[in-house]
Amino acid sequence: MSDARSSILASLRASRDAHPVETVASDFTVLREKRWGPAERLERVKRMMEAVHTEFVDATEQDWPAVVQAFLKDAGAKTVLYAPATEAGARLESSWADGGPELVRYDRPVDEFKEEMFTGIDAGITQTLGAIADTGSLVLWPSADEPRLLSLVPHIHIALLKADALYDTFWQVMTENRWAEGMPTNALLISGPSKTADIEQTLAYGVHGPKRLIVVVIR
Amino acid sequence: MAHAEIDFGKASRAALQDPQLRANFRRAMDGLMSKRAAQFADSAEWHSMRALGASVRLRALSKLPELLEKLEENCTRNGITVHWASTTDEANAIVLEIMLRVNAKLAVKGKSMVSEEMHLNAFLEKHGIEAIEADLGEYIIQLDHEMPSHIIMPAIHKNTKQIAQLFRDKIKEAEYTEDVDQLTGLARRVLRKKFMNADVGISGVNAAVAETGTLCLVENEGNGRMVTTVPPVHIAVMGLEKVVEKLEDVPPVLSLLTRSATAQPITTYVNMITSPRKDGEKDGPREIHLVILDNGRSKIYADEELRHTLRCIRCGACMNHCPVYTRVGGHAYQAPYPGPIGKILVPQMEGLDKRGAMPHACTMCNACVEICPVQIPIAGLMNRLREEAVHPGPAVKDAGAQASKAEALVWKGWAATFSSPTAYRMATTVLSAVGNAAPASLPLLKEWTSVRAKPRFAGRTLHDLARDRGIPDV
Ligand code: SF4
Repeated sequence: MSDARSSILASLRASRDAHPVETVASDFTVLREKRWGPAERLERVKRMMEAVHTEFVDATEQDWPAVVQAFLKDAGAKTVLYAPATEAGARLESSWADGGPELVRYDRPVDEFKEEMFTGIDAGITQTLGAIADTGSLVLWPSADEPRLLSLVPHIHIALLKADALYDTFWQVMTENRWAEGMPTNALLISGPSKTADIEQTLAYGVHGPKRLIVVVIR
Repeated sequence: MAHAEIDFGKASRAALQDPQLRANFRRAMDGLMSKRAAQFADSAEWHSMRALGASVRLRALSKLPELLEKLEENCTRNGITVHWASTTDEANAIVLEIMLRVNAKLAVKGKSMVSEEMHLNAFLEKHGIEAIEADLGEYIIQLDHEMPSHIIMPAIHKNTKQIAQLFRDKIKEAEYTEDVDQLTGLARRVLRKKFMNADVGISGVNAAVAETGTLCLVENEGNGRMVTTVPPVHIAVMGLEKVVEKLEDVPPVLSLLTRSATAQPITTYVNMITSPRKDGEKDGPREIHLVILDNGRSKIYADEELRHTLRCIRCGACMNHCPVYTRVGGHAYQAPYPGPIGKILVPQMEGLDKRGAMPHACTMCNACVEICPVQIPIAGLMNRLREEAVHPGPAVKDAGAQASKAEALVWKGWAATFSSPTAYRMATTVLSAVGNAAPASLPLLKEWTSVRAKPRFAGRTLHDLARDRGIPDV
């Protein structure tokens, strides 16, 4: 309907040219000034995300795969989806001990195993780009190697967070890393497990996405 | 009245008689108001954020045609197909055409107010396509064949008992329970199957970024991510005012939106979509379509004052704070958008003949103006529409539709009385002498006194009393 396009644009243009819209400069100072100290940031991320039922686990660069495995075993997970082509995926593969939950590779299009993903996977593991102190959010850039559904379909989402990858605000993340120069297929902020308050304002977790979100803080 | 089926006055009176409904709204709105206030406890921050939000929206409106072209250009480059629709019929036809081409039988929907404007579900159903609402609130009201009663919390008019009963009646596998976790779990099971099998996902858009061709969506449940990631085709519908210029404009808009709407610092998910599945990627839709809908918006944009309606970011805070909305609830408006924003938006979209009553359902208390995160002068626009309703003119559809000779005559008489000292003196003398004797059941007076005490005229006028004290007439 290209005539809709031209008539809409022509009408908007004529109206605007007849009466320009008065604007005021956008002053981002209020966002620029939201700052926390390095220690405060992690503390704040934790506090805000815990308030919406996110769980935190501490680990080190050395032991995080073992920490994740132990956690998932405790949680009763039998199958764990992961991204074998990522750095974290390689670590998981090489250090996953026998006898724990089974690792399932996300290395083919979802169309080939949709049913299995929806019905047979207990947990998914992803990396993050960091976390945001202002709102208590994880930043994820899914990719060909680390697909989007890893953090959505499995009932438990394990998110790996490097303890020094912390930002003050969402605005800071995107301006400092120049997101505007090239956005990925999908960029995400995740601030807790899936939730709803649609039944009489009563909070319930795990409505469509993960029921549990576990942030593994790696130092 | 030309539209007998839409009678706001009648629907409001009925709603006011329903104590359960009033209790549900009162409780919900009180909670929302106090939680929102806590989110903006730092008043300096609130003022700066709000000024920033308003500036972002004004800048977008000032370049609206260029930004829409830029959005189209960048989306197209990213692989998103852009469609334009002047009317909701055109938008529905576009959606249907895509569905038929991919042979779709089942669509899953994320929450979208524009799709409510389009009555998209009913339209698709007519063409044999099942469209399932996946947002829990929308799912609940879809089961009950209702309209949303709030733009953020569509099922806010129902309590848990009512929902428990509804699920029992409408979902095969359901047993009666008032446990919210169990009710939610049931919806999860039913809807996960739908996500898995859907041919098309339909969503709205909270902000579309011209600079990068990115569609931003906020939500808590994950249904928005499901519908935009799992099905092979994603169709996004947006009103043409939803565009912002730059990516960095998104954080302030979303922050104001989520804090104002549900008092959350941010929603669980912020989902930014820039392209369909690229080669080598393992999930995401293979096709994305963006439908840009006008439906009266370009006409709203033509008026210098009324165009500020288009700043709105659909946070719903104005309804939460509206004394009228809180009492009559969302359904009384019989419109996709209720509350203050509905009262200024819907009459402009659908015309003052059909919707002339809406701008009058306002006490001018200004609560909405004080909390609107993008500083829309809602009450001022409401006044303007009241004026448009009685004066024929080009600015608003069906302007002048409510002009009444009797009302015009009353105002003429009032003006004459108040501009002539003699007439004024006579009128007040007569009223203070016999005004109180007038029965409350007199035709015009009855309208007022049916729900209010009859005003009492003082025995002597203010002028009289002043004269007694030696203050001379001017
Ligand atoms: S008019 Fe303002 S307060 Fe109301 S929904 Fe729109 S942005 Fe929110």
